[in-house]
Amino acid sequence: MMGAVARKACIGSHPRYAAALLAFYAVVVAPLLLAQGSTVDEIAKYRAALQEGNPAELWEVRGEDIWKQKRGPKQVSLEQCDLGMGPGVVKGAYARLPKYFADADRVMDLESRILWCMTRLQGISDADARKQLFGNGNDRKSDMEAIVAYVTSESRGLPMNVSISDPHEAEMYRLGENMFYFRGGSHDFGCVTCHGDSGKRIRLQDLPNLTTKEGAQRAYTTWPAYRVSQGEVRSFQWRLYDCFRQQRFPELIYGSDASIALTMFLARNANGAAFDAPAIKR
Amino acid sequence: MATRSMVLAVLVAAVIAGCATTPSSEDTAAKAAAMLKTSFKANGQAGLDRLDQDETERACSALANKAPPKDVAERIEKSNLATIKYPPDGKYLGDWKNGEKIAQEGRGKQFSDDPAGPVGGNCYACHQLAPQEVSYGTIGPTLYQFGKLRGYGTDVQRYAYGKIYNPDAFAACSNMPRFGHNGILNEQQIKDVTALLMDPASPVNK
Repeated sequence: MMGAVARKACIGSHPRYAAALLAFYAVVVAPLLLAQGSTVDEIAKYRAALQEGNPAELWEVRGEDIWKQKRGPKQVSLEQCDLGMGPGVVKGAYARLPKYFADADRVMDLESRILWCMTRLQGISDADARKQLFGNGNDRKSDMEAIVAYVTSESRGLPMNVSISDPHEAEMYRLGENMFYFRGGSHDFGCVTCHGDSGKRIRLQDLPNLTTKEGAQRAYTTWPAYRVSQGEVRSFQWRLYDCFRQQRFPELIYGSDASIALTMFLARNANGAAFDAPAIKR
Repeated sequence: MATRSMVLAVLVAAVIAGCATTPSSEDTAAKAAAMLKTSFKANGQAGLDRLDQDETERACSALANKAPPKDVAERIEKSNLATIKYPPDGKYLGDWKNGEKIAQEGRGKQFSDDPAGPVGGNCYACHQLAPQEVSYGTIGPTLYQFGKLRGYGTDVQRYAYGKIYNPDAFAACSNMPRFGHNGILNEQQIKDVTALLMDPASPVNK
């Protein structure tokens, strides 16, 4: 489980993270630092200790329950939702996404596909389906994050196997690759600014090099993740949303083509690695 | 012989078809730019104009992860050098204590930030500076003893000020934001950060 270390990304620091890190440093790291090892080694030990129990299991159980409930105006469950391997097949579906769906004539990742099933299958309005895409860490939990935790858990241990044989998929991959290197905003940042080199970190946070196969594999196979600092399971859409926030870009629209293109680029590059999430990260 | 020419003809056709269906990188870049416009929404201070690239951003993006060729680098550095506005009073150093606060401050310009709130340089995210701060990043080089190692003269002060104002003037396609050119930090803030690097009394030079 050492592979499932925290991988918060991009530049910027939320004051809450900083405070938590400072407190953690004062209580745990500083005394140890005097006795043994470097700061970075001690943080690695903290992350290893985190792996002993993952609250994401609560999200997985709740998500399975929501998946099987009859909901929406049509009062049907999501059990007939086709995640790419046929209606009702959840096992292994996430390891093959994103993919082209002929019924929607669109390449979709898991989360845009769940939105599709909620609106088409259950008759829920798009606005209602998007009401609570991310939980707020307290009373307002997200059904979407729970469903994502459940569906992704059903691919745990399976090798990533994302196809780009369809021309729509191949184009999405190329667009995602282009976006990875797109630098803009007030700070000239692109994904590549933080994730284009190996062995780098922001403050004390290690950064995966997503231009290498190994880096993409380690990062992609450990999302979604329960974020200790937020008390929520965060999905890959959230990961991209929050990277772009810190990149000083405008707000990434959930399930937008750009989000799917980048997911396609990273998921495809992770092919061959065993999927290992929901994980737990600081 | 007939079979061989048939094979050749098929091969030639395949190559032509391949060329015709493989989009150029310009096509992909244009499509990606159009896709971006429909995939983001303005939020607070981060408007969609943040997706409009200038010449430097466009040239650096096109290189992907490769270092710019010499001619491209020279062109980018020359045009960025021309943007630097040095302080009219000829003084490059402000207050290093304020500089330290700016170097620590990670907020500013994110859609989640209060537009009236602080805007920092977040230097420690990527650089080592004062040795008392052990939580520093490594995307940029260490700046510990920046002035002590280079000398405290006006030329080095001017260089440090210019580098913070627009790093692409000295290293094309730098990972570092163009703090002055892009209006992230104002003149006084850049002077304060320059002092953090260049004041002999700054902890950076201890």
